[in-house]
Amino acid sequence: MADAIFLAMMVVTVGGAIVALEAEEIVYGAIGLAVSLFGVAALFFLLNAPYVGVFQITVYVGAVAVLILFTVMLVKEEKWKKEVASRSATKLLGILLGIVVVFAFALAVIGSNFSGETTLNNPSGFLQIGQLISTSYAPVLLVLALVLAASVVGALTLSSQEKQEVGN
Amino acid sequence: MNSLSDFVLVSAMLFGIGIYGLVTKKNALRLLFAVEIIINAANINFVAFSQFLQTNALGQTFVLFSIALAAAETAVILSIVVVAYRLHKDVDVSELKSLRG
Repeated sequence: MADAIFLAMMVVTVGGAIVALEAEEIVYGAIGLAVSLFGVAALFFLLNAPYVGVFQITVYVGAVAVLILFTVMLVKEEKWKKEVASRSATKLLGILLGIVVVFAFALAVIGSNFSGETTLNNPSGFLQIGQLISTSYAPVLLVLALVLAASVVGALTLSSQEKQEVGN
Repeated sequence: MNSLSDFVLVSAMLFGIGIYGLVTKKNALRLLFAVEIIINAANINFVAFSQFLQTNALGQTFVLFSIALAAAETAVILSIVVVAYRLHKDVDVSELKSLRG
């Protein structure tokens, strides 16, 4: 059985995700997303992976969520208000699809032979992570650096374009 | 103690919520939220399986890479949203006809 901290963090994570998608104002949605990402970081800590948890907090809660908040506030507010509600048939389909996915995963997990596993085999693994990143996966790190640089250049190019009229 | 299935179930719930968002929402930023939620569900799975069933740190390493990739992706999507808003004064993806292939 799960302990109390895990249950609390599960509520925070799932609740934050629901708020992110269903809040009326999209600013609250962005804050809900940040809370959800924070809950995921807490789950990483519970999984005895503190390095990943701290990375999640710095990158997701610290950078991505703040970036999203800035973008939301940059765009005029009335535009978010008029957000059209999708048709109820679509909504029903979406809910149904989500529930089906959750149940499929749940059945697969409960029926598997690892579901009762409760011992964490791993130490927190700072040393191992460092060794893996700097030896076997050094090329991946380099490619990732290139991808990040390319994305920064792309974002700058996109946002620095002169205003040009495009026929709608 | 928490078992592996607890973490995988949380991940499944997040994934279901993300799929729901992708199907029903039309606002570009809501779609971005849904994608982020799905990425996080995948990350939880990676770390959970690695920590419970393996003795190395491969899962954690992959999740570090995955988080960095997701950050790059978010930066590009947000700048596209800003440009689309500047050109069309709208962020509803069903209205952005000129982006259609």
